[in-house]
Amino acid sequence: MWADNPTFRMVLGICSALAVTNKLTNTLAMCIAVIFVTTASSVTVSLLRRAIPRRVRMAVYTLIIATYVVFVDQYLKAFYPAISEAMGPYVGLIITNCIIMGRAETYASSNPPGRAFLDALGVGLGYAMSLIIVAFVRELLGFGTLFDHRVLGSWWEPWVIMVMAPGAFIVLGLYIWLLRGFQMRK
Amino acid sequence: MSPYVIFFAAIFTNNIALTYFLGMCPFIAVSRDLKTATGMGIAVIFVMSLTALFAWPVYHWLLVPYHVQYLQLVSFIIIIAALVQVVEMIIERFSPTLYINMGVFLPLITVNCAILGLALFMILRNYSFIQSMAYAVGSGIGWLVVIVAMAGIRTKLVFAKVPKALEGPGITMIIAGLMALGFMGFAGIVNLQ
Repeated sequence: MWADNPTFRMVLGICSALAVTNKLTNTLAMCIAVIFVTTASSVTVSLLRRAIPRRVRMAVYTLIIATYVVFVDQYLKAFYPAISEAMGPYVGLIITNCIIMGRAETYASSNPPGRAFLDALGVGLGYAMSLIIVAFVRELLGFGTLFDHRVLGSWWEPWVIMVMAPGAFIVLGLYIWLLRGFQMRK
Repeated sequence: MSPYVIFFAAIFTNNIALTYFLGMCPFIAVSRDLKTATGMGIAVIFVMSLTALFAWPVYHWLLVPYHVQYLQLVSFIIIIAALVQVVEMIIERFSPTLYINMGVFLPLITVNCAILGLALFMILRNYSFIQSMAYAVGSGIGWLVVIVAMAGIRTKLVFAKVPKALEGPGITMIIAGLMALGFMGFAGIVNLQ
């Protein structure tokens, strides 16, 4: 979860990491969706690993992932229309999240389902953790709220830039710096 | 909205990389030198335009009449994967040198979220066919401009003293943030929503 953290160490799957982290609520929904899709598709790939021909494996993986994403997308639309609206097309973009494809390709395709499940779960949780810390800072500084509840008083002048695109890049950049700094010292 | 407005907005004010964070993985990974960045950018423009060309009719003439809009994700990803495959084969057949130069990037484009994102945005915003094409070409050019600029900055950055832990992805993210700030200066010229 820590050593192979997909977002900070390998800088993968950051499109969604940047886009949804302006509010913790969206972030949480995204994390759950990603964890679900990663584990489900890893287990499926692992179960089918002997049946998938090598040549077309990428296409097959993409289809498996897409199936689960469609499921999540429809589920959100049906039960949480507000969150679905706020996340816009980024739910669909989970398909192109390189983390999931990476797990399917490097681990699930050559390991039994149980271990593939654990591996995917670990990576998914690592992803979730990093997204949540980015979102925490952005929502706190940008709106003065956490999970839409006001935490900073009315004296707080919101840093609008934090909830806009540049804030996302800069916060993530600083986090990567911090984390690699710690790792180098060890 | 006029296709020209969409075209310019896609390049400057609503840049697909800097305001929607799409296509960031190659943006970080491939922006080390100018030549590869340009190659990747051109390939993206090409695939984006083709995607819009095929995805729009498939959605409006096939999925909508049969009320199976929920298949859009699956059908778009198939279209993109197929297109990349075909483009790869055509280039390999007619220009082996270009193929060798671009070979590495072409398959990568399938998982470039900018392409799928573009197709999803064009449906979400209810663009007509002409508008979609303007949006696709504009977004492709916008992505090329940004990745080439980033590659240019990074080649100069080799001579700068960046803290060890900030090197690589860290500093790239911060530069991207500053570029996004810079691009915000274009806001107000044209705008999309």
